[in-house]
Parts: sequence; structure tokens; C-alpha cells
Amino acid sequence: MVLSAYHWTFALAETLAGHELRFMLCIVAAWMILGLAGFLRPHSIRFVAHLLFPAGGVLCLGVAVLAGLYLGSGRGPQAAILPLGLPDLPFHIRLDVLSGFFLLLLGVAGAGISTFAAGYFRSGEGTAPALLGLHYHLFLASMALVMLADDAYMFMVAWETMALTSYFLVTSHHRIPEIRRAGFLYLLMAHVGAVCILLCFGVLQGGSWQFTFDAMRGAPLAPVWATTAFLLALLGFGAKAGLVPMHVWLPEAHPAAPSPVSAMMSGIMLKTAIYGLLRISFDLLNVRFWQWGALLLGLGLFSALFGAIFAAVQTDMKRLLAYSSIENVGLIFTGIGLAVLFQTNNMPLFAALALTAALVHSLNHALFKSLLFLTTGSVLHATRQRSLGKLGGLIRPMPWVASLALVGTLSIAGLPPFNGFISEWLLLQSFLFTPQLPHAFLNMLIPLGAAALALTAALAAYVMVKFYGVIFLGQPREGSLESAHDANWLERLGLGWLAFGCILIGALPQLALNAVAPVTGKLLGDSVRPSSTVWWIAPIAQQQASYSGLILLAGIVAVVAATFVFVRLLAHGRMRRTAPWDCGYPWQNSRMQDTAEGFGQPIRHMFGTFFRMERHLPSAADTSPRYRVYIEDRLWRGIYLPIARGVQSLADAIGVLQRGRLAVYLLYSFLTLLGLLVFVL
Amino acid sequence: MRAISYVRQFLEVVLAIAIAPLFTGWIAQCRAWLQNRSAPSLLQPYRMLRKLFFKDVALAQNASALFRATPYVLFGTMVLAAAIIPSLVTDLPLARVADSIALVGLFATARVFLSLAAMDIGTAFGTLGARREMMIGFLAEPALLMVLFNAFMLFGSTSLPSLVDGYRAHQSVVDPSVIFAAVAFVMVLLAENARIPIDNPSTHLELTMIHEAMLLEYSARHLALVEWASSLKLFNYACIGFALFLPWGIATHGADGGWPLLVAIAALLGKLVIAGAALALIESLSAKLRIFRAPEYLAMAFLLAVLGLLVHLLLGA
Repeated sequence: MVLSAYHWTFALAETLAGHELRFMLCIVAAWMILGLAGFLRPHSIRFVAHLLFPAGGVLCLGVAVLAGLYLGSGRGPQAAILPLGLPDLPFHIRLDVLSGFFLLLLGVAGAGISTFAAGYFRSGEGTAPALLGLHYHLFLASMALVMLADDAYMFMVAWETMALTSYFLVTSHHRIPEIRRAGFLYLLMAHVGAVCILLCFGVLQGGSWQFTFDAMRGAPLAPVWATTAFLLALLGFGAKAGLVPMHVWLPEAHPAAPSPVSAMMSGIMLKTAIYGLLRISFDLLNVRFWQWGALLLGLGLFSALFGAIFAAVQTDMKRLLAYSSIENVGLIFTGIGLAVLFQTNNMPLFAALALTAALVHSLNHALFKSLLFLTTGSVLHATRQRSLGKLGGLIRPMPWVASLALVGTLSIAGLPPFNGFISEWLLLQSFLFTPQLPHAFLNMLIPLGAAALALTAALAAYVMVKFYGVIFLGQPREGSLESAHDANWLERLGLGWLAFGCILIGALPQLALNAVAPVTGKLLGDSVRPSSTVWWIAPIAQQQASYSGLILLAGIVAVVAATFVFVRLLAHGRMRRTAPWDCGYPWQNSRMQDTAEGFGQPIRHMFGTFFRMERHLPSAADTSPRYRVYIEDRLWRGIYLPIARGVQSLADAIGVLQRGRLAVYLLYSFLTLLGLLVFVL
Repeated sequence: MRAISYVRQFLEVVLAIAIAPLFTGWIAQCRAWLQNRSAPSLLQPYRMLRKLFFKDVALAQNASALFRATPYVLFGTMVLAAAIIPSLVTDLPLARVADSIALVGLFATARVFLSLAAMDIGTAFGTLGARREMMIGFLAEPALLMVLFNAFMLFGSTSLPSLVDGYRAHQSVVDPSVIFAAVAFVMVLLAENARIPIDNPSTHLELTMIHEAMLLEYSARHLALVEWASSLKLFNYACIGFALFLPWGIATHGADGGWPLLVAIAALLGKLVIAGAALALIESLSAKLRIFRAPEYLAMAFLLAVLGLLVHLLLGA
């Protein structure tokens, strides 16, 4: 039986070998067909949610398998030209290890999210099911195409499709004004980013007017233009990834979207930006400068710290997770920045280590952040509450969701033996080698960077204790929470798949390292990589540092089991249930627990300069006291509102021209013509 | 890997589990002497554990499985940490499982579990303790990591056995950065183990308590395990300190036979006696800080560690 299964797997791999790109295109096409198929029965939740979404999930799994086989096979890139698009501008597509890795990420996370979505979407909410299915599957397909694109034209088409479909998904509850507002902000930022990327491609073609990536790789660029292209890419992809200060859309759009969509956007879509940045800075550009690395490192660390601090003071569970995404994206950028620094100083081994950390963290983040966003979806369905102030004690009515969320919580908090720890550990390890950089000044500053990283990691644990503790532990803060129901089986399956991924990568980080190894090998031009065996991973050498997730996990389980048996054997298992003791105070109620605001209070106290705070404190004589604290991002007033006002006044100034009378417009044309004539003559 | 190293591994873990409460008892005794009180017996912590193990558990009605599992998880992580830290010998099969950074992560896992368990019942004190514990934790962790970075700068490794070996090989050289790092480490040790400038293990005054506030709902065998895990944590921190700053006596690679092992045990006991007395002295001489002074205290520990790094970079480069 086992043998025949093995045989079949082998046969499958044989059949697929060399045709991964073709099969992936078939899957992309199948997603589009699935999206359209919803219109056969546009209002049937059973048809769309219970049939099409699981099918989409299976296709995701297919992408993951294909990408995994491709990465494992070690074969070269596969390219094709699609006879679509404009007449003499066909679509080029190409599958190489970089896109392979990100497609693996998409497939693995997408399978869990689609399965969950099948159980999540119910009738009577927002957009009609068929339309939702169409947007959802087009979103998936466009993300896959972004990773497969091999020319700027195709890339931009896929990128824009991705932005538009996700905009429609975010605004699926479009009757609520705040959601429309959040959607607009998202669309605006997405387009500012897209313009930057478009300009970046314009610079990259270097005067050859060839927009295939192959031509761009060969185009010689002066350092000034290379840096311009890099900065434009950083702006464009940074806006999509939520890098501070281009992050403002993220905490608005994520809470507005339905939970599977938030999971998809945070888990996968942010990674397309990481992919784009890597593609441009490591593949399309021939030169790199250490200053780029320093910039990436600085922005990344600041975003990470900023995200963690803001996450700690949030009172909406999805906003909290959105800020945590900013933090994680910051960590990924930090890794990329370190990799550039090392690579430009001819230290390919350390560069490979830093890049490995960044890529593994991308994969990890796709798993645990999707998992957590999906659990907030289950909580939302069960309780109709998004505010942390009205939740609590859900571990008792919702044991499945609570235990799976615990896995996500421990993973994202960067705790061994789960997966989040692996990438944070690799990142810290790569920081250790920064004193070998030949820049005396940087060497002095970088220990502080490492400290900022350590602070961020520890703050993430604080944030996640708050998240989990306030939602799932303690006494329910509202009476209605007692009757909350657990997730249905499809939702559990989706959550379980993602949680399994977290535990698997935590226990066997070698799997992730092996998936990343070809990518670092290709981008850094060498076959260098952190060493790993079946049992250990070691960044450089085992004498320096080593880690074994599997033995650690097994050790904890074994010692815990042994302790349990010993305690029961030597002592006894007698137990009685009583009222909580709480220092003998019998009148305690659920209002006496820490609220989300209370739990964030030390952070507000310590990092007050980051926030703009408005507090309304009741006086002692108030008969109905109300305590209110309002926290705002300083950057919003510091950067965005002035820009918005500037645009507004500019538009007003230009609006003077708009008279609404035909004669005036004819006069304008006439004057322009005159002006042009003068210019020509 | 040879069979003898597994025997020594086992021996080390058993010794750690056995003498950790004794170390806590010794500190309590020294404190009592310094404060002119008659001291409890050295064996008092063991009597306490025995008493607790034979009591019936009184569990709050709404306690979840997480609450009941946490004492075992705490004890398990601390025992595993004791197996990884080279307190007697460096040639340990498990020592390569986690380097010192992963060890810090392991302690963080224990801390997060305890904080979550404290929030589980939903009492005012429990959540208060959890919040304060996580606050101290996130401030102490960067300082501790800077200490470890400093050790890496000196000997090019974050693995504790390699550090001990490296230190033993260069023991004539004392880098000035080590002194900064050592002071920072002691400050972190006090904060992380709920000792006096930050927390007081022997009080239940609600305005100040951190660690004890989280344990209020635990009773009997659960409480015994948590207390035992706490004393193991203190023991582990002391052993990390010995490995980083006072590695003399630890049997290094290749030192086989019974004699080096006996020397190592004697050295460990001697160091514990002195360290316990020193901790008691520090605790008796200092006053407990207000909770919002704690960030300043830990920021100072952090700055000392960074200063050590900079001193090393300036002098070494």
C-alpha cells in the first residue's frame, strides 16, 4: 500500500517534470473559470461557497505541489510566450526559483484560506456570492500571474488586476460608509504605488524600449539611474507591503475586509510586494550599493518597532493584527537590507543567511498571520464583535478555534519550538556578523539595530498575549458570549491546515531552508546557504550556533509527559472546583479584568511620543463616568493630511480654469495653439 | 556520541532538579541572616513542595485546560533548559539543541504560558500580574540579548558550551567589556526572576506584586510545580551566568573520568553558595522600585550591555 502510494507519487512527479509552468497556467485558467462558474447560480451559497471555494483550495494545493516539485528538482527556468495582450506586445511568462518559492507560499497559505472561506461565507452579507467568488478567484489568479510575469506589461496588468479585485473584496460590505472610506484609501495607495512601479520599469529599460525582463537584465544603467529605479521600486512595493510611512491603508483596509480576504491580503498579497522588490533589486538590477541596504535596514527596523508599538495599543482585534503585519513586513525588509549590505561587501555566506531569514519569515508570516486573521473571522461570526473590549473567555465555548489560535499566537510571538522563532533566530544570527562589515560607523550603529530587533520580538510576544488573553481567556465581558458557537468543520479544516504548517516548519525548519536554498543560490550567485541536516540547522557552523526544533519539541513533550506521570504516581489526582480565590474578594466580575486598553497602558506610558493621544477622563463627581482614550498615528497628521490639503488646494486652483462655458474652452484651445506655434517657430 | 555523555547529561538534569529548591532556600537563609532574623531551615522549600503535592487541588470553576497544563509546561521547559545549559560538563548531547538565543526564546515561551494562564481565570490580580510580567519581559530580553552578543564578539559563538570552551582557552585575557556585560546580566537576572528591585518574592502586596499575582489561583500540585519551575529558572539563570562569566571548574570537552566531574560538582556548589549570598546581599541592600521605575532600571541594564559592546568594538578594532 505504502509502496504503491510512493510509486504513484513518483510517477506523478515524472509526469509533471519540466511542465510545471504549463500546469500552473492551467490552474490559473481554472481559477478564472471557477470565478465565472459562480454565475451559473449567482445567489446560491451552497453552490458557490461549498463547491467552488473548496475546488479553488484544491487548485491552491496543486500550485503548492508544482512549486515544491520545481524547487526540489533544481531545473532551470521555464519560459513561455502567451499569444494574448496587445498585437505586437504578447505576454511573457517565466517560472524560476524566486517565483517558485513565492508560488509555494501562495499555494500553501491559499489552500487553508480557501477551505476556511468555504465555511465562512454565508448568505445575506454584502456582495452576492457569485460576485464574491469571481473577485476572490481572480485575486488568486492575478497574484499567481504577478509572480509568473516576465515582462513589465504583463506584470502591471496582473498587478492592477490584483489591486482592483482586492479593492472589490475589501468593500464587499459596501453599504457601510467606513468600509467605503477604507476601500478608497486602499485604492489610492495601491495606485500611487503602481505609478511608482510603472516609472521604475520605465527607468529599468534603460533606453532600449524593450519591456521584457530579459532585456532589462541586460540593460546597462548608470549608478544614478539604478538608484532611482531602486528607490521607485522601494516606494511602489513599500506602499503595497505597508512599510512605514506608506502603511496608512493597512490598518484601515484589513479590518474592513471579510476575514478570509484580510488573511489573503496580509498573508499572500503583502508577499507579492516582497517578491517584486526582490525581483527588481536582486534580479533585474545588475548593481547594488550598500547604501540601499542601510536604507532598507533602517526603514525595516523602524516599521517593525512602529508596528509592534501600535499593535500593543489597539482595541480592535483586526486592527491589532494589521499593525502586527506592518511589524512583520518590517522584519522581512530588515532581512533584505542586511542581505544587500552583506552582498555589496562581498560576504555571500552572511548575505545568504540574512536573505534566508527574510524569505523564511515571509513563508512563516503567510502561515500564522492567515491563521490568526481567520480565527478572528470565526470569532466575528460567533459573537458579532470585533472590539476586544466586548470579548473574553471564548476558550470555553470555542475550544477548537481557541486551541488553533494558540498555535498561531505562539508562532507569531516568535517562541520556540514554533515557526516564528526560526526566522527571528536566523535574523538575529545574521545580525551577529555585522561587525565584520568594513564600515566603522555602521558597526557602531548596528548593535542598536539588533537591540531594536530584540525589542520588537519581545514586544510581539506582549502584543500576542494581549490578543489571545483578551479574546479567549478570562471571563466573558458580555453575557451573549456564553452562547458563542465553535467554527464549522470546513473552517476548522482550513485553520488546522495552517496551524499544522506552523508546527511543521517549527519542528522541521530544514524543510523551509531547503525551499529557500535555491532562491538564495540564484539571487546571490553562489550555492551558499545555511547548513542543515536532518536534526540540526546551523547558520554558519555548528560550533557557533545550532538549533533543533524537532528535538526541542520532542524534549518538551517528553518532559511534560514524564512530569505528569510522576506527579500522578507519587502524589494523587484529586481536585475540586471552587469559586476563584482572588485574594478572598468575592464580588469580582468581568469588568474588573484588564481591558484591551488596560493591557496596552504600559506601552502608552513608555512610548508616548509615538502617539497622538486624546483622553477624556471623568471627574470624581460624574454620575455616569465615561473614560475614553483616542489614539492616532502622528504620521497621519504629519504627512498625509498636509499632502491631502495640498492636493485639494492645487485642484481648487486648477478648478479656476473650469468655467463650464464652451466659449472659454475654445479660447483655451486657441491660446494653446498660439503658444505652441510660438514654441515651434 | 558516547554513552557516557548521556549518563552525564542525565546526571546534570537530576542534579539541577534536586538542588534548585536548595539554592532558593539558601538565598532565603542568607537574607534572613542579613536582616537579623532567625532563618528557616535550608530544607524549608522541600517541605513546602511535599506539603503542596499532597494537598487537594482547588481549581476555579471556569479554569480551562490551558490553566491546568501550564504548570507542566513551565516545569518541562525549565528542565529542558537545565539540560541544555552546561552547568557541569560541556560535552552534552542536548547542548546543541538550542544556542543561548534559543534558550532566551525558551524562557520567553515559559513566560508567555504563565501570563496566559494568569489571564485565564479572569481575576483582577491575574491580568495585572500578566501585564506587568510581560512588560518586564519585553524590557529585559533586549538587554539579555545584548549580553549574549557581547559574548559572541569575544568568542565567535552563541552556543554556551563553545563559549565555555573558548573562555577556558583564553582565561588569561579579561576583556573590559565582560565587566559591563556581567553587571547587565546580574540586573537582568534580578528582574527576570522576580527578585527585589523589581519584584519581591515574599510579599503579596497588591500594588507591587508581579510574579505572585499570577500564581494566586494556583494551588496544591499545580502550585508546587510552578514554584519548583521558578526555582529552576533562578538556578538556570545562575548557571548561564557561570557559563558566561565564571566558567572555571566546568568539565570541558575531552575531560573524561570521575575526577573532573567531581571537581565540576564541587565548583558548581561553591559558586552557587557565593552567588546566593551575593544575591541576598544585593536584595537586602536595595529597595523595591516603583513599577514605572522598572523601565529605567532595565534600560540601564541594556545601556551597560551596549556600552560593553562598544568598548569591545573600540578597543578591539
